[in-house]
Amino acid sequence: MKEANIKCKVLSNNEIAKNIYEITLQGNISGIPGQFYMVRAWEGLDPFLSRPLSISDIEGDIIHFVYEVKGKGTKELSSMKTNEVVQLTGPLGNGFIIKENMRSAVVSGGIGIAPMIYLLKQNHKMMDMFAGFRAEPYLIDVCNAHSKNLYVASEEGLGGYKGFVTELINVEDYDVIYACGPHPMLEALAEGNKDKAILYVSMEKYMACGIGGCLGCTIQTRNGMRRVCKDGPVFEAKEVYFDE
Amino acid sequence: MNSNVEFLGIKFKNPVIAASGTFGFGKEYDEYFDISVLGGISTKGLTLHEKIGNFGRRIYETPSGLMNSIGLQNPGVDKFIQEELPFLLSKDIVILANLGGGSIEEYVLGAIKLNETDIPIIELNISCPNVKEGGMAFGIDEKIAYDVVKEVRMVTNKKLVVKLSPNANDISKMAQACVKAGADGLSLVNTFNALAIDIYKRKPIFNNITAGLSGPCIKPIALRMLYEVKKAVDVPLIGIGGITNFEDAIEFIMAGADLIQVGSANFRDIYASKKIAEGIEEFMAKEKISNLKEIKGIIGG
Repeated sequence: MKEANIKCKVLSNNEIAKNIYEITLQGNISGIPGQFYMVRAWEGLDPFLSRPLSISDIEGDIIHFVYEVKGKGTKELSSMKTNEVVQLTGPLGNGFIIKENMRSAVVSGGIGIAPMIYLLKQNHKMMDMFAGFRAEPYLIDVCNAHSKNLYVASEEGLGGYKGFVTELINVEDYDVIYACGPHPMLEALAEGNKDKAILYVSMEKYMACGIGGCLGCTIQTRNGMRRVCKDGPVFEAKEVYFDE
Repeated sequence: MNSNVEFLGIKFKNPVIAASGTFGFGKEYDEYFDISVLGGISTKGLTLHEKIGNFGRRIYETPSGLMNSIGLQNPGVDKFIQEELPFLLSKDIVILANLGGGSIEEYVLGAIKLNETDIPIIELNISCPNVKEGGMAFGIDEKIAYDVVKEVRMVTNKKLVVKLSPNANDISKMAQACVKAGADGLSLVNTFNALAIDIYKRKPIFNNITAGLSGPCIKPIALRMLYEVKKAVDVPLIGIGGITNFEDAIEFIMAGADLIQVGSANFRDIYASKKIAEGIEEFMAKEKISNLKEIKGIIGG
């Protein structure tokens, strides 16, 4: 039997960039890069739903989530203090399939960097990292430590290349690309890639249950309607209709 | 003392049913707890043929609730019978096949197929607000509802429960029309038709503009509707609407429900329905209730 509502203790919870937080929790956790947890840091009925957050790192029984404060759920989470309890359900979803002995790139946009930290660490110095941000870059040191080469882009020109991260990457240099970020970024990447490299995209949709029961996060794919939470969140880009 | 309920001659081990559309076909939740601990499961809404559901955003959280616009995505009755039903039949749980449709013919053909299975109850969904071809109209106008229930009644000898919409013009008249047409029981309520707007995009959140509101925010209204329907008809009732804990469930039973369904609460806590079933038994022990009949409809009216 799987376990839901796993009680985890907050070890730390810090703002690492404007509105971007990293929380570390200790408990009975597991998971591979690309998988996520449904996170609940409050009692009561409001916010009603738990929040899906992808795993940023796991070391033993300690799990990291990097998240952006967007609504009342993430705001509640950002107020959690050391030793308080957060409930997790997971790990959920499929995660990234690692293709070994291939020229590999990781592409992130904004908070889409969160699961990619774990992916880079698990494949230490094996993958090139392309990290895009709207404004101030974050998690650069950890990317540097674990990527083969690091390329940074900021739309506002606050670090690295000024512009979109998709303009930095030459897809023909890679056999496999792992991407997580806003829908337009994934779409642009898929468009530029055609089918040159194997492109894996981690999709994001609003979720209710997180376990495949409600069909709230379904996307249209060439293999029919698929649930982001259960069949994904990682899909091969050639399977996804981006223009739904 | 036990919380068994006999409903239309069918034994439920407790009054808790997982509500349609919140529990899939049970498999996902069964990974977390044996769903046989529940009294029943109402399947994801089925239609004669496969439906891919609605495009665009499907979920929007509201204070103490959520709006959904799934659009009856389902594999169709045949595929359900082949691929999903064997698992459910392997469980010790009463199955309610929730059947939707866009036309009377579609309902009838779906019911004919379900009639051939070992499912004991058809829960006729005349109230899905998210299907454009008129799913809503069946649940709003009691004359149209009467026709669809009557036609389905003629093709099935399964127990027929009709799931009512809170958007009905007059829910008491609607209940009476369904019973007159041959419904054995009623379940209520489905989601409330509702609207949310993205003020930055200056347009509705949902492609269909409106969507169905559920969750604890609707509970007091749902409870009042069940109370009114109880006064209007003399058939067994299944109470639905924002039930999140055993206290909510007991309220519905005291208002006149034989059974209750747990819907949105399953999203908030995977174990919600199980905890409610356990909570009811603890409540019965504490309050020295040996059978739920003792408190059913106890508020009178």
